Amino acid sequence: MDALATAFGLVFQPYVLLVILLSATYGLFVGAIPGLTATMATALLVPVTFFMAPVPAVAAIVTATAMAIFSGDIPSALLRMPGTPASAAYADEAYALTRKGQAELALGAGLVFSVLGGIFGVLVLIVAAPALAEVALKFSSFEYFWLVMLGFTSAIFIAGNDVLKGCTSMLIGLLISCVGLENPAGAPRYTFGNAELMGGISLIPLMIGMFAVAEVLRFALAREKPVMAVDRPFGNVFAGMWALLKKYPLQLLRGSTLGTVIGALPGAGADIAAWMSYAISKRFSKEPHKFGTGHVEGIVESGAANNSALGGAWIPALVFGIPGDSITAIAIGVLYMKNMNPGPMLFVENPQNIYAVFIVFIVAQLLMLPLGWMAILAAKRILRVPAALLMPLILLFCIVGSFAINNTLFGVVIMGVAGVLAFFMERWGFPVAPTILGVVLGTMLEEHFFSSLVKADGQLWPFFERPIAGALGALVLLIWLWPLARRLLRRAPLRSA
Amino acid sequence: MRAVDLRVGVALALLAAAVLWSAQAFPVVPGQQLGAGFLPKLVGTGLLLCGLGLVLRSLRGVAYDDPVAASSSSWRDIASALLILATIAAYIALADKLGFLLIAPLCLLAVFRVLRVGWAPAIGFALGGTLLVHLAFYKLLRVPLPWGVLPPLY
Repeated sequence: MDALATAFGLVFQPYVLLVILLSATYGLFVGAIPGLTATMATALLVPVTFFMAPVPAVAAIVTATAMAIFSGDIPSALLRMPGTPASAAYADEAYALTRKGQAELALGAGLVFSVLGGIFGVLVLIVAAPALAEVALKFSSFEYFWLVMLGFTSAIFIAGNDVLKGCTSMLIGLLISCVGLENPAGAPRYTFGNAELMGGISLIPLMIGMFAVAEVLRFALAREKPVMAVDRPFGNVFAGMWALLKKYPLQLLRGSTLGTVIGALPGAGADIAAWMSYAISKRFSKEPHKFGTGHVEGIVESGAANNSALGGAWIPALVFGIPGDSITAIAIGVLYMKNMNPGPMLFVENPQNIYAVFIVFIVAQLLMLPLGWMAILAAKRILRVPAALLMPLILLFCIVGSFAINNTLFGVVIMGVAGVLAFFMERWGFPVAPTILGVVLGTMLEEHFFSSLVKADGQLWPFFERPIAGALGALVLLIWLWPLARRLLRRAPLRSA
Repeated sequence: MRAVDLRVGVALALLAAAVLWSAQAFPVVPGQQLGAGFLPKLVGTGLLLCGLGLVLRSLRGVAYDDPVAASSSSWRDIASALLILATIAAYIALADKLGFLLIAPLCLLAVFRVLRVGWAPAIGFALGGTLLVHLAFYKLLRVPLPWGVLPPLY
């Protein structure tokens, strides 16, 4: 209880509250501008959080991302352009509602069910993370090895529809993680005699490059002129929300649950949660024919899903140091910089910090109602800001931010190269998320594999000997072999015929 | 997409070969059979398989649905992207020599103009943006942005 009181003290002080308020405004703005994503908001925020104490640093990231995922709904409804990829799943639906003169309903449902889904995700995080940490305290390198493998597996099989390309992306990430001295033999790998590369590729400049610079390049290449669908002042966006809640409680619960689970799975985040939720909502709806014509049911379900995914993603990030999505991949980097190394010991040694993170999560969700409403009212002004004015400033911010992490221009080099890499990967259909996961988890994979191998004396069966390790290992192998098995099963009757 | 997949597949296979070749030279952990070369070898093998898989797939003409269709960017747009990269390169090359307060507005101005922002707002925002970033990072966050040819003012 002492820790909880300390945590409240850590959060409720003017400085932290100011940080929360500022990052909320920042998140709402970035999320509402099409082309600027929640992950980009996080990556750009890191150089600033670098100079803060742990709790405000994490508070800034948590608040900004929650707000950005909601405000991505605003341009979806008004311009048919999702503000962040997480809103893409139901952008057509929201825009169709607006065209029917029901912009308030689309925006209100986006806001209210984002908050409800977000709170659901946070509650699961609060219950599940300490319980999981309890179990994880007993984990050895075998369990961690399989967890990392499971992370890669889910990133490849869930996050994309093309396993081959997902796999390639992950391997590119692993290759990037090979650079430097940090390996079992302590030998320099791919440093090409460059002293800056000895410490490895710095994660934050890499992320800034992959998520912000790539976006600036994409903007330079393809510019769309959006058309605003409403030209009248908004009415009350909260009208009719209670009726919606009473009409779609199951949809809310289903969306939030799926979102939390997808968020917790490594490599898949809010955007995939929204796509899957929207599809499920349509599948089980009593009125599936209305989907796509401006029907609010899908917005309720997937709007809740993408915000609940945020809380879910923090579960593996805090407990195992395995990011649940690209945002937590960056957040893990921040935790390490702040000496809040993720893992079960964090719950034992620094419970007040964990509780503080939980409190920030709840505060952010509650703040979303008034601030989100204000953002909706200001939407037309925000959306009139020309992106051509923002992009150069963002680029300068990227450059200075990449420099500031280690105070070296080499960070800017990493940023530029990563930006080009991510730009082409995206263009050629290779997902970026598995690459990030490969970079973040590469060192962990190698370390746990080697210590497991030493413990196992070079044998492979001890990898399956402990019950949890065995179960995780079996699960990984099953997922990998399933497509093959299914193909063989399908072919077998053909051959006999 | 097929042609792109084919080329990317070949490039990946070549990269994989280079990784596998380089991995031979990495030392092993004393007393162990494996060492620093293990992960690169694993990655190299994986990339080789993925690269060959992409080549085979595109030769067999399997059409995979890709969300990003090859969009038709004009040469002017491609030049814009290249100019933005050149601006980043110019910053890297000249930041220490010229100093942040000189190179940053030039870079900003270049990118504004590349994105077809008019001269007046471009100059205004280039100067204002530089000042803002300088104040935020140098003053507030104490990031040692280089002064270059300018004498340190404070």
